[in-house]
Amino acid sequence: MCLGIPGKVVTIDKETSTAEVDFGGVKRTVSMHLCPEAGIGDYVLVHVGFAIQKLDEEDALITLELFKEIGEKYIESEI
Amino acid sequence: MNRKSKVDNKEILDKLVKAIQSHTSQNYSFMEVCGTHTVAIFRSGIRSILPGNLRVISGPGCPVCVTPMAEIDEAIYLAKKDNVILATFGDLMRVPGNEGSLLQARAEGARVKIILSPMDAVLLAERERFSRVILFAVGFETTIPPIAIAIKEANRRGLKNFFVLSSMRLIPPAMEALLSDKKTSIDGFILPGHVSVIIGTKPYRFIAERFHAPGVVTGFEPIDILQGLLMLLRQKSEGRSEIEIQYRRAVTPEGNVKAMEVLREVFKVRDSRWRGLGIIQDSGLKLKDKYAPFDARKHFDIPIMPENEPPGCICGEILQGIRVPTQCALFGKRCTPENPVGPCMVSSEGSCAAYYKYGN
Ligand code: SF4
Repeated sequence: MCLGIPGKVVTIDKETSTAEVDFGGVKRTVSMHLCPEAGIGDYVLVHVGFAIQKLDEEDALITLELFKEIGEKYIESEI
Repeated sequence: MNRKSKVDNKEILDKLVKAIQSHTSQNYSFMEVCGTHTVAIFRSGIRSILPGNLRVISGPGCPVCVTPMAEIDEAIYLAKKDNVILATFGDLMRVPGNEGSLLQARAEGARVKIILSPMDAVLLAERERFSRVILFAVGFETTIPPIAIAIKEANRRGLKNFFVLSSMRLIPPAMEALLSDKKTSIDGFILPGHVSVIIGTKPYRFIAERFHAPGVVTGFEPIDILQGLLMLLRQKSEGRSEIEIQYRRAVTPEGNVKAMEVLREVFKVRDSRWRGLGIIQDSGLKLKDKYAPFDARKHFDIPIMPENEPPGCICGEILQGIRVPTQCALFGKRCTPENPVGPCMVSSEGSCAAYYKYGN
């Protein structure tokens, strides 16, 4: 139940502290109360309709390719 | 976003598995506390590639699974009241109470509404001015700050028909209870990723300092989990007990300070009963006096519900890592995901459901 999904902030409505967030093509309105520092273009981790953490773009884009790199970075430091 | 959950990058995974093997010189039992990890571990097939002397056991980190039957009964009681809409996360619909589930209550005419966000319940109360909307607030630290914001919003909007049935629980006190219990033997913890986004790492320090067990905050991809296990094994072989972060792309040592502030502004701790673990001191939350008008337990006269569990269900011991689902006589027979007896089979994050779906 504690699932967090990364998405990209498209627009922000400061008045209501909400943002339009794009989850790989699907857009949703998300509350920004807990993550006021995120701006347009930032990636955020979203849980039950709330952004709970700003993510680095590189880290948010865990596609297979990127993950491979990150994985190797980890491996270098760990093995 | 192309997020794959299968074991993908063979080369990296092979290296990690080899490193894990070379570090597993003796028997270890590591507990993954979080239900999302349970599912990720089963789905990725990681269990089958780990060395035989490295056990990964599931803990109490599925909010639905640890909600006692009495609280399900309270929600059902409220849902059946006149002029009430009970708003709940979908996972709770099928959990059996003493007199059926919320799903059955709805089929019998109760107004039960599935929500995706606690804010949905506030908006519902705003739309349905003549109904009383009760949010069945189940969740851990990841979900609690959003619930707190929803309550603050209801307050700001002056809603008099919005209430919260608090069934929220805090993870560190449950871990302390587990570690203090002589029946359990846990050599280290895969710590929850998204709870830790909120609370950071400080609340886990007692695990290392008082119980001398290592903990690693871990992400949810197969590579994350293997690396988390390797970090635990390294600590073991070097004789260290520390709280480390593997999931650095989302978790900082200080956590989400703003979210913790909101949590403390709206809630205060109370003792809370966990299914299988009993009453754990300071492990639950209630609304502070300022927000008491939103407290469903204050506003409605809810009878005291019996503190029993479904006969034959050993969910409690499973949540403590003492037994595994296949040791339950009902597993796969009387108890299946279609026809669940206990909450560990209802929730998609429950151990029994994971064992059933992915095999042992
Ligand atoms: S299989 Fe069903 S009855 Fe047995 S412990 Fe799991 S949830 Fe309970």
